Amino acid sequence: MNEPVTAAQSSIEKTRPVSSWRSRIRAFYHSSEAFKGYTLLSPTMLVMLFSMCVPFAMMVVMSFWSQVGYEFDTDFTLANYSKVTEGAVYTQLLIRSLWISAACTFATVIISYPMAYYVAFHVHRRKMIWIILMTLPFWTSYLLRIFTWKVILGFNGVINSGLIGLGLIDEPLEFLLYNPNAVVLTLTHAWAAFAILPIYVSLEKIDRSLLEAATDLGDGPVARFMRVTLPLSLPGVIAATVLIFVPTVGDYVTPALVGGPDGLMLANLIQAHFGIINNWPGGSALAIMMMAIVGIIAMAYIALTRFAVRNIE
Amino acid sequence: MKDVSYINRPNRPLFVYAVLFLAFLYVPVLFLPLFSFNDSIYIAFPIENWTLQWYRDMFDNEPMIAALMNSIRVGAVASVLSTFLGVFGAKAVTRYRMPGRDPIVTVIMAPLVIPGIILGVALLILINRVGITPSLYTITLGHVLVCVPFSMATLMTRFEGFDKSMEEASADLGENAWWTFWRVTFPMVFPGLLASVLLCFTISFDEFILAFFLGGTDPTLPLYIWGQLRFPQRLPNVLALGACILVISFIVVFISQWLTHREPDSTRS
Repeated sequence: MNEPVTAAQSSIEKTRPVSSWRSRIRAFYHSSEAFKGYTLLSPTMLVMLFSMCVPFAMMVVMSFWSQVGYEFDTDFTLANYSKVTEGAVYTQLLIRSLWISAACTFATVIISYPMAYYVAFHVHRRKMIWIILMTLPFWTSYLLRIFTWKVILGFNGVINSGLIGLGLIDEPLEFLLYNPNAVVLTLTHAWAAFAILPIYVSLEKIDRSLLEAATDLGDGPVARFMRVTLPLSLPGVIAATVLIFVPTVGDYVTPALVGGPDGLMLANLIQAHFGIINNWPGGSALAIMMMAIVGIIAMAYIALTRFAVRNIE
Repeated sequence: MKDVSYINRPNRPLFVYAVLFLAFLYVPVLFLPLFSFNDSIYIAFPIENWTLQWYRDMFDNEPMIAALMNSIRVGAVASVLSTFLGVFGAKAVTRYRMPGRDPIVTVIMAPLVIPGIILGVALLILINRVGITPSLYTITLGHVLVCVPFSMATLMTRFEGFDKSMEEASADLGENAWWTFWRVTFPMVFPGLLASVLLCFTISFDEFILAFFLGGTDPTLPLYIWGQLRFPQRLPNVLALGACILVISFIVVFISQWLTHREPDSTRS
């Protein structure tokens, strides 16, 4: 930092007592690194805080209102929440959403781990190209990547027409599309690229000498993996799990396109409350309940895994 | 020293797995371009006749071109705004030691994990209560919110990669903060800025969920595509359009990622 300059400045300004308070503020500003950091950060922080907190606060307030036609009755009521907790449909949709997300998260992490492991430990030249190749699809059109599965799994789709063309089946397989499995498959494909990054980063950070030490002390490849690599990469696995579980619970485009009636998730109902059902307060209550439950699950998961990791160590 | 490089030995089964994994990521997406050359409006094998008709149709499709222009406008504004905000944030958290840095970064990164539908309905309630009509402007606002975390992440990589002493040298030689930024910091982080703008543009260009809730009468391209999916006879047009979007997105994101991940040293001539 340019402390000598600041010190010189303030010593000069000390000779002018008139503006001493001002110079003190300036000296404080220049000397306090944290203060400078906060100043620089404030535009971004304020924009982000404002555009997240204000809408959420309004959503919470609205969830205690009720819908009257196209207007809102602003009298405080808990009716939306009691409706949500009493309705069997809501519970059923919530459980299905959680189950689909959990299955998708599990599948994503399982298939991404070996890929991340390969790039972290076995690729030496052109690592960057591999990382870009792995993550590239994640950045490109979400809608089109979901839609492509409708094309593949459909009644007259790629798989059915291909198998019929090869003479392997006579009738199109109907179990491919419009069910929860199709949603899990599509979500896994859509999020696999995202899971790789945190796992890769945690694997890349592992000190290679620890692996050598494990080998020197007589561990075979499997024992070495279980006792060194896997525990040390768990933070990345945990991060990947949360990064995928939380957003996928709230997905409504995938179930709407490939889920069919049996594959609909809670988010489809939330979306309908803001669309055809036209009950915004009810939708707000549902959204808040969903966030709260997902938040609790994510935090419990993080706490549990941390506890488990500490016990292993 | 039996074999120090045993960890780094080529591993054939894992290599095969990696190739299969990439196939799983890419092959499904390739069906869209493949069937966009199919003469029939049904997506089914075998493809009997090939055609470029669906691509030719695109040029006469005025609603589609209008939606494309909307998406470009929204993407341009959102990517520049979020990169602007990202520069401040990334510079602050990489350059200054301050208490509470990690929670602050977590808050800024929060839109990454908040489900899109939650952000969408919350922002919809905000603009409704404040009395703003949903339009391309509100979509842009939503897109800035989801782009800033990606911009920050991209730029943080870049700011961490360069030598802080360069800025200090500039300050010691008497440049003020503004000129130090323009003459030292800016040229050095320029690849990062470009990467951030390109990435944010693609994210905004492809973003559907927030646009769905915050959009008014003017659709962006993903909203237009969503509207077309209801009509089976329009499917080939969607495929042709989707193929173009995929190819362009892949190229733009590839450039952006390449700028982000290449060695910072290689930028010095």
